[in-house]
Amino acid sequence: MAPRTRFNPTMITWLLLAPCLMLLCSLFLGGLLFGVAQSLGLWSVVDVGGPTLAFYRVVLGSDEFSQSLGLTLYVAAVSTLLATIASFPLALLLRQSFRGTRLLRLLVQLPLPVPHLVAAIGIGLLLTQSGLLPRLLYAAGLITAPQQFPTLVYDRGAVGIILTYVWKEIPFITLVTLAALRASGEEAERVARNLGATPLQVLWHVTLPLVAPALLGAATIVFAFTFGAFEVPLLLGQSYPRMLAVEAYARYQDTDLATRPTALALNTMIALCTALAVPPYLWLLRRSGGGAPGQALETR
Amino acid sequence: MTTPRFRALRPLLLLVVAAWIVLPLLPLPLWSWSGGWRWPDVLPEQWSGRAWGYVLSPTAQALPALLTSIVLGVVVTLVALAAGVPAALALGRRQFRGRGAVELLVLAPILVPPLTVAMGVQVLLIRVGLADTAPGVVLVHVVFALPYVVLILAPACAALGPEWEQQARSLGAGAWRAFWHVTLPMLRPSLAVAALLAFLGSWSQYALTLLVGGGQVWTLPLLVFSAARSSDPALTAAAALLFIAPTVVFLFVAARNLDQRDGGVGVL
Repeated sequence: MAPRTRFNPTMITWLLLAPCLMLLCSLFLGGLLFGVAQSLGLWSVVDVGGPTLAFYRVVLGSDEFSQSLGLTLYVAAVSTLLATIASFPLALLLRQSFRGTRLLRLLVQLPLPVPHLVAAIGIGLLLTQSGLLPRLLYAAGLITAPQQFPTLVYDRGAVGIILTYVWKEIPFITLVTLAALRASGEEAERVARNLGATPLQVLWHVTLPLVAPALLGAATIVFAFTFGAFEVPLLLGQSYPRMLAVEAYARYQDTDLATRPTALALNTMIALCTALAVPPYLWLLRRSGGGAPGQALETR
Repeated sequence: MTTPRFRALRPLLLLVVAAWIVLPLLPLPLWSWSGGWRWPDVLPEQWSGRAWGYVLSPTAQALPALLTSIVLGVVVTLVALAAGVPAALALGRRQFRGRGAVELLVLAPILVPPLTVAMGVQVLLIRVGLADTAPGVVLVHVVFALPYVVLILAPACAALGPEWEQQARSLGAGAWRAFWHVTLPMLRPSLAVAALLAFLGSWSQYALTLLVGGGQVWTLPLLVFSAARSSDPALTAAAALLFIAPTVVFLFVAARNLDQRDGGVGVL
């Protein structure tokens, strides 16, 4: 063991960070940069003679791109909104203790370890026109033929994809919010009530602002996550238009190798869009204070 | 919030939440044991072990997939902890210049989708001869497990403070001994959660394994996906259940243990 004086504190800090940073720089940043380089025609399988923006022009000019982008933004926004709106009251409900709380907490955790792939399969088997839900509706006498049940998978509205994400992400946002609720305690709410605030006023002016950073932080993760959705739309999505990541993958696997750089151009744009969410997320993580970020991520 | 009217609504709410959570999972066991299930029957009219028989037979290659998934998950967890614990110590306990940049880099893989990195990294791995190999897949899985490990352990390290370690040092323990015998055991609950997340992340990873493994690394998610593409719902359901059963059981046991031992550091 070297005497303590040999290393200065700064050096120790960077030595501690070194393995983590080496992995992230080489594989994460390296992967991204190699992707960007290929999207510019560098290290490409087909020679294009130097860096070029041609592939971006091809992608940006195509109908597929604007349709894919529209679909992706729609799925990400609707999933995030629905999951966030449902999670706040659910967290409030879980904070109280009553008969059945234990069961409810256990149930709410159930989707957490279920991979998106399996959630998508389950939603598919539930919602196809011959799925379990139409059968239950038939048994209840509400429909008389499978065709009366709306198309909810492989559909224009991407309902199956959205429901899969809402199902998967509600528990995540709820538990993050619950952790924040517990960390902030009920003191402020009690004070507001004693000062004569109505329950709704307490909820809107005290409780919601207290958990807002945690709630928004979780919502940011969910938005970025659904924006880059891959397996779920691959299973439950229409064949046209496809979500951005599915479109990128299809181009990447195209037998015509000249298509590959356009896949990477598309990829680069997805990565850029999601990377834009990193600084606000870090800010929200800091705002949600102390142990909350750690607790928040334990539930992921 | 706890008005009588609201209280009366609770059982109804409980029912709605329960139905919402359970319904998407319900078709899986039913389909996996069905031998024929015509519209509009709510339950299969015939039960059969065919799908399970096929999934567990050598042709389906589920056993190799299960083994690969387990080994991959364990190795990824160990590597992510080995790299993540020191980083968490630095971020949780030390002040240094450049901290903001490090935090941004550590957080980024949570938000940037794996697929976007996978395509670029493939070229990189081909150059160093790790493309289409298990070690290559381990490395990329680790990249997406690391942020969770660091984000859970950094606040835990900060909360622990340096005092215990200093005490050990003043009693004559070296830096390494103090870390191994004092700090690490005190971090155990958070370490367990971090390990669980790293394992689960690797276990559910589809896109990265597909691209970086190049079909040479055969894991459970790949098996489940190919079953889903076969348009045989019974087979798909059985494969999906095989895929989630260990994680659900594992998570609940772990969450329970953590709850009892350390006062709720677990999932809830």
